[in-house]
Amino acid sequence: MNNETLKSFIGKGAIWGFIILELIFFSVAGEFFSLSDKAFMDWDNMLLLFKQSAPIGIIALGMTIIMINGNIDLSVGATFALCAVVMLDSMTWEVFAGLGDWVIPVAWALALITGMVLGLINGLIVWKTGVDAFIVTLGSMLGFRGLVFMYNGENPTSHLNWTLVDMAEASVLGIETPTIIFVVCTIIIWLLMTRTVHGRNAYAVGNNREAAVNAGIRVGPHMVWNFVLIGFLAALSSVVFYSSSGSVNPNDGTLYELWVITAVVLGGTKLTGGSGSVISTFGGVLAIQLLRKGLGHIGADTAMVNLVIGLILIAVLFLDQQLNRKGKEELKV
Amino acid sequence: MSIPALRLKDIVKTFPGVRALDGVSFEVLPGEVHALLGENGAGKSTLMKVLGGIYQPNEGQIFIEEQPAKMASPLDAKSKGVVFIHQELSLADELTVAENIYLGELPRKSFGRVDWTTLYEKSDAILKRLNCGFTPQTRVGSLSIANKQMVEIARALTVEAKAVIFDEPTASLTDAEKVVLFDIINDLRARGVGVAYISHRMDEIFTISDRISVLRDGSYRGSLITADTNEDEVTQLMIGRSLDLTHAIVPNTLGEVALSVENLSCGSLFQDVSFQVRAGEVVGFYGLVGAGRTEIAETLFGLRTATAGQIKISGQTVKINSPTDAISHGISLVPEDRKEQGLVLGMNCRDNMTLPQVGALTSGPFVSSGQEVAIFDTYHEKLEIKTPSWKQQAGNLSGGNQQKIVIGKWLSMAPKVLIVDEPTRGIDVGSKSEIHNLIRDLASQGYAIIVISSEMPEVLRVSDRVIAMFHGKIMREFSAEEVTEDNLVQAISGIGPDKVA
Repeated sequence: MNNETLKSFIGKGAIWGFIILELIFFSVAGEFFSLSDKAFMDWDNMLLLFKQSAPIGIIALGMTIIMINGNIDLSVGATFALCAVVMLDSMTWEVFAGLGDWVIPVAWALALITGMVLGLINGLIVWKTGVDAFIVTLGSMLGFRGLVFMYNGENPTSHLNWTLVDMAEASVLGIETPTIIFVVCTIIIWLLMTRTVHGRNAYAVGNNREAAVNAGIRVGPHMVWNFVLIGFLAALSSVVFYSSSGSVNPNDGTLYELWVITAVVLGGTKLTGGSGSVISTFGGVLAIQLLRKGLGHIGADTAMVNLVIGLILIAVLFLDQQLNRKGKEELKV
Repeated sequence: MSIPALRLKDIVKTFPGVRALDGVSFEVLPGEVHALLGENGAGKSTLMKVLGGIYQPNEGQIFIEEQPAKMASPLDAKSKGVVFIHQELSLADELTVAENIYLGELPRKSFGRVDWTTLYEKSDAILKRLNCGFTPQTRVGSLSIANKQMVEIARALTVEAKAVIFDEPTASLTDAEKVVLFDIINDLRARGVGVAYISHRMDEIFTISDRISVLRDGSYRGSLITADTNEDEVTQLMIGRSLDLTHAIVPNTLGEVALSVENLSCGSLFQDVSFQVRAGEVVGFYGLVGAGRTEIAETLFGLRTATAGQIKISGQTVKINSPTDAISHGISLVPEDRKEQGLVLGMNCRDNMTLPQVGALTSGPFVSSGQEVAIFDTYHEKLEIKTPSWKQQAGNLSGGNQQKIVIGKWLSMAPKVLIVDEPTRGIDVGSKSEIHNLIRDLASQGYAIIVISSEMPEVLRVSDRVIAMFHGKIMREFSAEEVTEDNLVQAISGIGPDKVA
């Protein structure tokens, strides 16, 4: 049916339409309200937007898979902070003193491994106990954050290494490292989800777990892999961000999990699992960052930004529900 | 002649792209059980939902005792004396029986407090009338499905019902529970209530109804007086052609023993079960719900762990701890509940069909779409699956075609043993015989097949041998020649004359 095709097109393309709407709105509004005389859709401004999207965006890719699986991971913010502590602190360890700048890849590796181990812990608990991922990761969110504070109390953990900063701020044709990593990760995860067996299984498990078990898919280990993957991505995000900043506060990354989930949901992935797309998540991440930047551009403060994003999230989900419900004559519950 | 308790005149109901009801008229007289029959998609449930106030008709009129009426909502319908007993139970599991019966209209005292004494008294009176073996204080979640159904019926009795609509009430009931249900329906009839009864099951309709009306493709095809008609006539009206439901089994040439089960037990679910299935043979498992048939299938497929006994595939003892193990040993399971256990409804047909083996269909790191489509095409043609293309979502197919997707999924893995649990549950009559023929056909190609079914005609129709189960034990084994409805019923009730150890 033509109507159906149109509806699914609107459904899938909605996030891009929203982004275009934002661009137009802020460009026009910027002419009247902006304090700077630069246009909103300035090339540098857009590049900056991608770079600033990267930390949340990289984690959101992993969250998309987790949510397609029908799970959720609330511990990503704490993982993000803990990996930063490991990376920055390990560079000062005496065992690595003789390595010179070669300590950098070692520190990166340690941070990434930490992320994967934390993910593995989440995954194993979810698999072996059968407790809901929401509860498990709520617990580990508190636990991992506790570890961050145990490490250095209320004090920030800092280490400045100029070689590291140079690498983090390197750019190709004006596109900086974080942006490149974000885009490359998006492509890889997109291929993973659309072209590989693992991706296929992820949708099957989220859509109908029982049928997936009956088809011989080992659901437990499958989920563990996804938790390891999101742990890795949270660590990668941390590595990308803190390589340039060089200092982590124990409260860094707080509420990241909620921003990540917001981006994923805005991109159309369902909380109940079984459907969603990595590319739409990419769009969701950009949309949120655009909103933050745009509102800043026309002079709104952070409190206002949060209020608006909250309202838009609810409006979008309501719209989605209406679009999907229409014509089906569903029961009113 | 008395005036109809409920009458629908020229009802038209359209959905986008579909004319679900096309000028249907239907009436229920007081003290009559009027059965409504039709294949899936014929419009039965839509008509009943119009009656029950869930759907609003586009055209046509509804009369209650010849007074024109409009059903704005299920609650409105109920207040007018038309009560709908749902196919899917709609009870709150965490509440008590009494609270469920009076949900939405709990008796009250001042300040909105619940009048518990009245509530329990009234509920108890209704439960007594229904001969229910549980108290109003019981938590609904702890009841069996049959008892939950009783609660639904009890709900209907809180008002002076003029007409009660049953939508496939026996779908999840055991034979014993059905008897109780039929008693209640007879009781309603005796009190002069009009009963509309929808069901797929021919035997039930002939047991309970006074009149049968048939729908096909959304329009009315005629009414018959139950006492003056027979199954053939009704079937012909339903599907527009006659259907041979009783042809004899042509035995296949049997091959080696494909599956041999020795003294298999699983806790209290079933004990000491031994049987063999040879290549080319269909073995039917018949018994009451809870007799342990499905549990045996689940154990063979690795979903449960056996506590004792051995499983041999082609003479080799195998250990099966998970579905993955079972699949690698050539055992496949077409599960009882297609939608919950068999298919990923949100995925397309091709992906569903290749799901268990997609790991082998790769080129490099990626899944090869070409190989997948090739497999789909093969079984699309072989099993005559009616779908425009592989891109169709499995959830959009009819029950029969969904079942074929599940069967195709396993055939493409070239299994040795195919276990089919309730092969035609929820599938309309026309497709049923197609599935039956398919099962016979697969056996003749050398598959060893186990069919588990709660429908006796089905078991008799497809099986070379029938194994009767009762309380987790095999009571008797029959060959196709010796099995009759009578001795089978005796065996599954635990009163078989000669018990096989």
